Amino acid sequence: MSLLDVTGLSVVTDSGRALVSDLSFTVEQGGRLGLIGESGSGKSLTALAVMGLLPPGLTASGSVVLDAPGLGRTEMVGAAESRLRPLRGRGAGVVFQEPLTALDPLMRVGRQIAEPLRRHRGLRGAELRRAVAAAIDRVQLPEPDRIARAFPHEISGGQRQRVALAMALAAEPALLIADEPTTALDVTVQAEVLGLLGELIAEKDMALLFVSHDLAVVSGVTDELVVLKDGRAVESGRTADLLHAPRQPYTRSLVESARTFENALERITR
Amino acid sequence: MSSPVLAVRDAGFAYRGAAPVLHGVSLEIAAGRSVAIVGESGAGKTTLLRLLLGLNRPTGGEVLFDGQPLDLRNRARMRAFRRSVQSVFQDPYSSLDPRQRVRRIVSEPLRSLGLAGPDTDGRVAAALAGVGLPADAGDRYPHEFSGGQRQRIALARATVCDPRVLLADEPVSALDVTTRVRIVDLLGELKESRGLTIAMVSHDLSVVAALCEHTAVLESGRVVEQGDTREVLGAPSHPYTARLIASVPRLLSALRLEKHDG
Ligand SMILES: Nc1ncnc2c1ncn2[C@@H]1O[C@H](COP(=O)(O)OP(=O)(O)OP(=O)(O)O)[C@@H](O)[C@H]1O
Ligand SMILES: Nc1ncnc2c1ncn2[C@@H]1O[C@H](COP(=O)(O)OP(=O)(O)OP(=O)(O)O)[C@@H](O)[C@H]1O
Ligand SMILES: [Mg+2]
Ligand SMILES: [Mg+2]
Repeated sequence: MSLLDVTGLSVVTDSGRALVSDLSFTVEQGGRLGLIGESGSGKSLTALAVMGLLPPGLTASGSVVLDAPGLGRTEMVGAAESRLRPLRGRGAGVVFQEPLTALDPLMRVGRQIAEPLRRHRGLRGAELRRAVAAAIDRVQLPEPDRIARAFPHEISGGQRQRVALAMALAAEPALLIADEPTTALDVTVQAEVLGLLGELIAEKDMALLFVSHDLAVVSGVTDELVVLKDGRAVESGRTADLLHAPRQPYTRSLVESARTFENALERITR
Repeated sequence: MSSPVLAVRDAGFAYRGAAPVLHGVSLEIAAGRSVAIVGESGAGKTTLLRLLLGLNRPTGGEVLFDGQPLDLRNRARMRAFRRSVQSVFQDPYSSLDPRQRVRRIVSEPLRSLGLAGPDTDGRVAAALAGVGLPADAGDRYPHEFSGGQRQRIALARATVCDPRVLLADEPVSALDVTTRVRIVDLLGELKESRGLTIAMVSHDLSVVAALCEHTAVLESGRVVEQGDTREVLGAPSHPYTARLIASVPRLLSALRLEKHDG
C-alpha cells in the first residue's frame, strides 16, 4: 500500500470551472515526488486538496488516500474536519507557498515552532526549549535566540520561509508537502536547506511531495516528477528520464527554456 | 553618466532595540538604468529598499532623491517622490487588499495620484495583459489567484501609472522560467521605451544578468562588491559573490551528475 494514493483528483469552482482535472499519482513511504508546472497550472491547489484544505468555493472530487503508519487509512476527499485534524502535522505536514499567510503575526516565532513539538512529540520545559533551538538551527537560521523571540514581521522573508519549514519538520510528518519552500532563499542558503531537507527525509524515512516551478531545483530533490499544465498531468515518470528524454513537447519545452535561461548566465560567468 | 535618481550615501540602519543591520552602504541608481541588489537571506536587502522608499529613516548617512535628501516631512517633495517611485514588496499577497477586486487594486496608483480618467480601464487591462494575466482577472479577488499570479498583480499595479522608478523586492521569485522571461522582457521594454529606472532585489542571477547593468552584493549589511554586472558576476572579487555564483542550481550539472550515476 502506498503512503499517498491520488486517483482521478479534480478541483472545480462553484461556478463549474475546472482548475485541476483527473490527476493521479502515488507517493511511497520515503519516496520523493515533484510536482512541476507553470504559474497557475494547479500545483498549490493539488497540494491543498491532498491536505483537505481547499478554500471555500472550491470542491475536490476523486480520491486521495493517506495511509500514514499508525494513523490508519483515510480518504481525504470529503472527509469531515474532525477526521482530518489528527492527521495534519503528524500524518502529513505542509509548508505553504506564502509563509506569511501561514504564520500567526501576533505570536513569537519560537512559540509557533514549539507548538507542534509539544503537541506531536510531547516535549515540555527545558527539553522543549532545546528542541525549538535545534529546529531553528536545523534550517540554517542565524541567531536562534533572537529569531525565537521575534515576531514574523521582525525577520526577513527568507528567514520566515525557513521558520515555516522548521514548523512543518518539527512534527516529523510521514509525508511532507512543501509548496515552493525555497523561493525566498538566495542560492547559497537554498542549496544548504535543500541538502538538509534531503538528509532529514532520508533519516526519518519521511516522504516528500515537492511543489516547484524550478526544474533545476526539483530535479535535485526528487526521484519522480509529475508535469502539470492547465490542471492536467501532461507527463510523469522518473526525474532523470524526464530530463534526459522528455516524451511530450510541453516537457521538452520546459527543459529547453530552463537550459536557455541557464546559458544566459553561463555566458557571463564563464 | 546621468545623475542618480536615487542614492544612499554611507547609510546605516538599526531596527528599534536591535543591532545594526546596515553599515555604511552607498549605492547610486542612475536614471534609466537598472541596479540589482543581491546577497544572502538576512543580509539587509529588503531593509535597504525600505530606506530607498522612505519607509525607514537611516540611522546614519542619507538617502537622496533627485540629488536632495529625502525628507519625509516635506510634503511637496514627498508627493513628487510618490508620483515617481512605485514598489513591489517581497510578500505580494499581504500587500493586496483582500476585499477589493483586482481591477480596483491595480488602478489604485492612478486614483491616488489623480491620474484616473476615461482611459483607466484600458490602462488596467493593458497592465494585466502585460504581466500575462487573463482578461477576466480584473473581476476576481486576490485569493482566487495562484502565488505567481498574485506576484504579477503586484507588478501590474506598480507599472500601471508609468513610474520613473520601480523598486522591486524579489519580483519574479514565484515565477517559472517561461513566465519569468516574459516579465524580464516586459521590464526591459519599459526601460527601453519609457526610460524606466529599476532597482531590484533578486536571488535569480539569470534575471540579474539579463536585466541589470549594475550589481551590488550585500553581505551582513555591507556592500562587499559592486559594479558592472558582467564584471561582478563574470569575475567576482569577493568570495561571497563567487560562492553565490557557484550555488546556482543548474539543470546542466544535474544532467551531468545523472549521467555519471549511470
Ligand atoms: N479560490 C480560487 N477560486 C478560483 N480560482 C482559483 C482559486 N484559487 C486558485 N485559482 C486558480 O486556479 C489555478 C491554479 O492555481 P494554483 O494556485 O494551484 O496554481 P500554481 O500552479 O500553484 O501556480 P503558482 O506557481 O503561480 O503558485 C490558477 O489559474 C488560479 O487562478
Ligand atoms: N522589524 C525588524 N525588527 C528587527 N529586526 C529585523 C526586522 N526586520 C528585519 N530584521 C532583521 O534584519 C536583518 C535584515 O533583514 P532584511 O529583511 O533586510 O533581509 P533580506 O536581505 O531582505 O533577507 P531575505 O533575502 O531573507 O528577504 C535580518 O537579520 C532580519 O532578521
Ligand atoms: Mg502555487
Ligand atoms: Mg528580503
